[in-house]
Amino acid sequence: MATDTSEKYHKHSPAAIDCNNPVITLRNIRKSFGSLEVLKGIDLDVCKGENVVVLGRSGSGKSVLIKIIAGLLWPDEGTVRVLDKEIDRQDARELQELRSKIGFSFQGSALYDGMTVRANLEFPLVRNKRNLSGQEVDKAIRQVLEDVGLSRTIDQMPAELSGGQKKRIGIARTLILHPEIMLYDEPTAGLDPVTSVEINDLINDVQQRYNTSAVIITHDLTCAKSTGERVIMLSEGKFLRQGSFEEVFHTDDPAIKNFYNYNFISDS
Amino acid sequence: MKVFFLRIYDVYQFSRRFWKEAFLPPYEYKEVLNQFFEVGIRSLSIISLTGFITGLVFTKQSRSSLAEFGATSWLPSLMAIALLRALAPLVTALIIAGKVGSNIGAEIGSMRVTEQIEAMEVSSTNPFKFLVVSRVLATTCIVPVLAIYMGFIGLMGAFVNVYNNEQTSFVSFFQQAFVRITFLDLFVLVLKSAVYGYTIGMTGCFTGWNADQGTVGVGRAANTAVVVSMFLIFIEEMLMVTLVNNYR
Repeated sequence: MATDTSEKYHKHSPAAIDCNNPVITLRNIRKSFGSLEVLKGIDLDVCKGENVVVLGRSGSGKSVLIKIIAGLLWPDEGTVRVLDKEIDRQDARELQELRSKIGFSFQGSALYDGMTVRANLEFPLVRNKRNLSGQEVDKAIRQVLEDVGLSRTIDQMPAELSGGQKKRIGIARTLILHPEIMLYDEPTAGLDPVTSVEINDLINDVQQRYNTSAVIITHDLTCAKSTGERVIMLSEGKFLRQGSFEEVFHTDDPAIKNFYNYNFISDS
Repeated sequence: MKVFFLRIYDVYQFSRRFWKEAFLPPYEYKEVLNQFFEVGIRSLSIISLTGFITGLVFTKQSRSSLAEFGATSWLPSLMAIALLRALAPLVTALIIAGKVGSNIGAEIGSMRVTEQIEAMEVSSTNPFKFLVVSRVLATTCIVPVLAIYMGFIGLMGAFVNVYNNEQTSFVSFFQQAFVRITFLDLFVLVLKSAVYGYTIGMTGCFTGWNADQGTVGVGRAANTAVVVSMFLIFIEEMLMVTLVNNYR
C-alpha cells in the first residue's frame, strides 16, 4: 500500500509537521523468521514532528517493524532510511551515533535492574557525552525527571517503582539524549486506564517539548486516538489502511471493524 | 550434528568478538573494576574456607600413608606440590564456576529476556563491551590471584596439622614446602588459572547472551554455564597436565 503523508491526516499541530524531508523512510520491507513471513513489503514515511501510530493485533509484526527502524533487527529485503542515513550502510560507530538520535521506549521498560533511577539515566548520558562535568550530568538527570514528573524517584531502584513509573523512567532515559525520533513499543500495555491516559499525555508532551517525531506501536485504540496524527492498521504483515483515526475506522472492512469493536463497546 | 557445529561456530564468533572489543576503545574501566570486586573480593571467604580445609584434610589423610615409610617430613613438600600444581587452580576454578559462572549466566540471561541488552544498544552503548568484555577480563585476571591465594591458605591448613603433630616452625615448614617448587610450577599455576578464568567468563557470558524463552531460559543459562565450564575445565586440566609433564 502506498504511503500518503499529506496534511489532511494531521490533526494535532499541522504547522509543526514538515513532510518535505521524512525522518523515517521504509521501502518494501520484508522480514521472515524461518518459514513465517512477518512483514510483507512495508512502505512508510514519517514526517518531521509527526506521531504515527501503528495498530495491529499481537503477532502482526508491529514490534518487528520498530526494531527494524532502530537497527535492532535487519530486514531480509528493502531499505530503511533514518534521518537521511541508510541503516544497513552504517558501520558500527556510525550506527551508534545514529542511535543516539533515536529514543526507544520498550514494552517492559527495560530499566537496568541493578542500578538506581539516577544510574539508569546517567548510563547513556556519560557514554554519549563524555565531556560533561558531574554537575552538568546531575542537572540533566534532574531536568529530565522533572519533565516526566518523577523527581522524587531519583534514588529508588526499578523494583520499587510501579508499572507506570517504570514506563516514565524508560522514556526519561531516552529523552536525556534529546532524540529526534521516539519509538514507543506498546507504551500503555499492562497499565490501568488512568495511568494509560497519563502516558498518552506524556507522549504528546514529549512531542511538543522535545520536538520529536514518533512511531507508536500499540493495540490500544485510546492511545492511538489521543497520540497519533496518523494511524496505520497493520494486519498479517501488510498495511491495511491509514489516515486519521476516524478515517481508518470509518470502514466496513470486517478485520478493522472487529478490531474496533474489541477495543470499544460497539453500539451495533 | 549440524546444530552442534553451528553452536561451535557461534562460540568461535563470540570469542573472536571478545578479543576484538577488548582492545578497542572506549574502555569500560569502572565496570571492569566493579567486576574485579564482584569476582575477587566477594569470593574470598569461600576460597579461604575451602583452601584451609583442603590443606588440613589432605595433610591429615596423607600422614598415615607417609608414616608407614617414616616419611612424614615430606609432608610440607608433598602438600606444596599437590596444592600448587593441581588442587589450588582446579578447586578455585570449580568454586568460581559454581559461584560466579552461574551468576554471570543468570544476570546476562535475565538482561537479555527483559530487553535490557537491546536498551543498551539503542542508547548508543556497546553492551558487549560493558557486559561481556568486563566480566571475561575480570574472571581471567582474578582466578589466578585467587588460586595463588588458595594455595597459600591451603599450605596454612597443612602447617596447622604439621605443627600440631611435629611442632615444626612456620619458617621451617615453608622452607621445606618450597624445596621442590620450581618457577615452572608457579608459571603453570598462573597460566592454568587464567585459562580456567577465561573459560568460566566466556561460558557464563555466552550462555546468558544467547538466553531465550523467558525465565526458563535464564535458569537454563545459569545451569549450562556451570555444567559446561566445569566440563571444559576438566578437559583443559587433562590437556595442560599432559603438555606440561612433557617439559619437566
